[in-house]
Amino acid sequence: MELDPSAVQLLSEDGTFTEHPEYPLGLSDADIIGLYRRLILVRRADVEAINLQRQGYLKLWGPVFGQEAAQVGSAAALQPGDRAFPQGRQFGVGLTVGIDPAEMLSVWRGEIQGGGWSVEASGIALYTFPIGSQAPHAVGYGMALQRDQKNAAVIAYLGDGAFGTGDVHESLLWSALYKSPVVFFCENNQYALSNPVERSAPLPLFRRSEGFGLPGVQVDGNDVLGCYAVTARAARRARAGEGPTLVEALTYRIGPHTTSDDPDRYRKADEVATWRMRDPIIRMRDFVLGAGLVTRADLDAIDQEAEVCATAVRAACVADPAPVQPVQMFDHVYGTRPQHLEAERRAWLAFNEETQATS
Amino acid sequence: MTTFVTALNTALSDSMKADPRVLLMGEDVGDLGGVFRVTDGLIAQFGEDRVLNTPISESTLVGAAVGLAMGGYRPVVEMQFDSFVYPAFAQITWHLSRFRYRSRGQLTMPVVIRVPYGGNIGAAEHHSDSPEAYFVPTPGLKVFTPSTPSQGYALLREAIEDDDPVIFFEPKHDYWMKEDCELTQREPNAPGARIAGEGSDLTLVGYGPTVKLCVAVREYFAQEGVSIEVLDLFKLNPLEINLLVGSVTRTGRMVVVHEAPVFGGFGGELVARAASDCFAALKAPPLRVGAMSTPYPAAALEHEYLPGMDRIVDAVDASLRYGVTT
Ligand SMILES: Cc1ncc(C[n+]2csc(CCOP(=O)(O)OP(=O)(O)O)c2C)c(N)n1
Ligand SMILES: [Mg+2]
Repeated sequence: MELDPSAVQLLSEDGTFTEHPEYPLGLSDADIIGLYRRLILVRRADVEAINLQRQGYLKLWGPVFGQEAAQVGSAAALQPGDRAFPQGRQFGVGLTVGIDPAEMLSVWRGEIQGGGWSVEASGIALYTFPIGSQAPHAVGYGMALQRDQKNAAVIAYLGDGAFGTGDVHESLLWSALYKSPVVFFCENNQYALSNPVERSAPLPLFRRSEGFGLPGVQVDGNDVLGCYAVTARAARRARAGEGPTLVEALTYRIGPHTTSDDPDRYRKADEVATWRMRDPIIRMRDFVLGAGLVTRADLDAIDQEAEVCATAVRAACVADPAPVQPVQMFDHVYGTRPQHLEAERRAWLAFNEETQATS
Repeated sequence: MTTFVTALNTALSDSMKADPRVLLMGEDVGDLGGVFRVTDGLIAQFGEDRVLNTPISESTLVGAAVGLAMGGYRPVVEMQFDSFVYPAFAQITWHLSRFRYRSRGQLTMPVVIRVPYGGNIGAAEHHSDSPEAYFVPTPGLKVFTPSTPSQGYALLREAIEDDDPVIFFEPKHDYWMKEDCELTQREPNAPGARIAGEGSDLTLVGYGPTVKLCVAVREYFAQEGVSIEVLDLFKLNPLEINLLVGSVTRTGRMVVVHEAPVFGGFGGELVARAASDCFAALKAPPLRVGAMSTPYPAAALEHEYLPGMDRIVDAVDASLRYGVTT
């Protein structure tokens, strides 16, 4: 799938920057270098996660490879008080707002559910694995912010596949009706597991907004500056009480759906090769170097930092300093444990003591 | 040797060959062949006309199946994992299960909803549930769950030929189970339960993924000179209650095993039937073994959460020792 003629692009494939009259960038040189740095960190940590999965330290991994610009650019537009509702692949969003990558991996180690980070401190809600079901949460959270006059924005991350669900469409409607301050950020990586977006969306996804009464815009999802500028503007609108926006970032999932997937069964190698050429990092590197924002030595230093980060992620996974205790499964089911559950917990403890004593 | 996946795949293929009105619909059921490969090769064999690789729209998958059934088709819907059937719960309980009743027999709903269920595969959240207790009590709905490849074949073909809607729970942990068997159809309306191993001291009841555990427990006790009868319930609704009542009346003891949490689980229905229909014969209170009454936990904890052989053995022991003073 190719970009819509109306798509916003600040950084072209060859690294040329062009201002957009409606989407001013408004970033300092240091901010721009910061975006590049995050792209590199996310790419490197993602590769490390794939390796960790292969070596058995993670049960599963959903790679970000290829989608770094969409995640970093959009998340960089978040401000304190804003809230993001991720789907399941938004590792790069968490890293961009400064969550410890190891905390984002604990779910994939199979030790906890939802997420290992502080939602309040990070502003990132838990992963949502049932596709599309986080969209109404984002709308409702936005309604709460609005009632409390918080002037903050909510961003709902949605895959292209999520646009098959009723929840997402009902959320678009609600957001427009109640002017909930939501940015629906669709990371269109062109596949929902094996289903290509051409087979699930008869028209470009951003155009679905119109019928629900909210603006929609497509942005080049491999252009980190474009993703930032478009999200920042939508978030400003939301914070100012002007209502929701649907943003479609067109990108591509270079890797498998997850480490259990075999994409050769459903897509052609030359399509993947074409999109590899449109790598979001290469064009940004060309730009920051060409514009004289950084030297090669600066880039090397960033690569070095990414290595250190990857090493730390690996160490945290391998050491597993606080493995989860089985008896914790009985905690947090309710505020007060009901009789039947307390009885099960006691029986479980007694049974385990008994079997340990006899073995 | 035939795996569960091959048996189910063959059942789909044979049903589609036998009846051009059988359609498959689901997420990733096309070129990928489904995440468990149950539909492998079917899109190549039958074309996109009969194998619909759909968007992620579980509610509409079932709702559209209802409409297709009204139009004379026999849709087989695949849910990718157990808990993703929940968005379709309303269509199933409002419509699929009720059209025969509310049309006073004018309409039938020959729809099968295939649901891989159960845990023990180290999966992510929402990929390991055993939701049968949400569906079994729904009037008008049938609920099947095979425990072996050959049974899977026969039961799926029967479900597709049935004019009533069937929720077909497939024990996903056993997709790679192998059996030396022939794949043959059963007679229509054959009983929905079988004795998977005869015995006289206690009736151990399982279904789907717990049948293999019950059989292993039976072998374990055989070495101790205890004779256990294993009952495999492959239809939870309609329930073959006479086989259960007969067995428990003979043995006087019953233990039910399922992967779903015990509290409010289907085992409660079986225990209630044993208590009311076999009261005089009971030598010990019927017991249930199942998962803890918590949400399905993270994968690292699932072995502590699910009923394993050790907990089944413990329950059988407790039943056998009941009333014996040492
Ligand atoms: C309600 C629901 N149905 C099915 C699934 C199984 N599933 C997991 S991810 C996925 C594809 C999601 O595609 P998309 O929304 O484009 O996100 P991406 O994986 O591309 O990031 C599917 C079908 C699910 N998680 N939830
Ligand atoms: Mg996608």
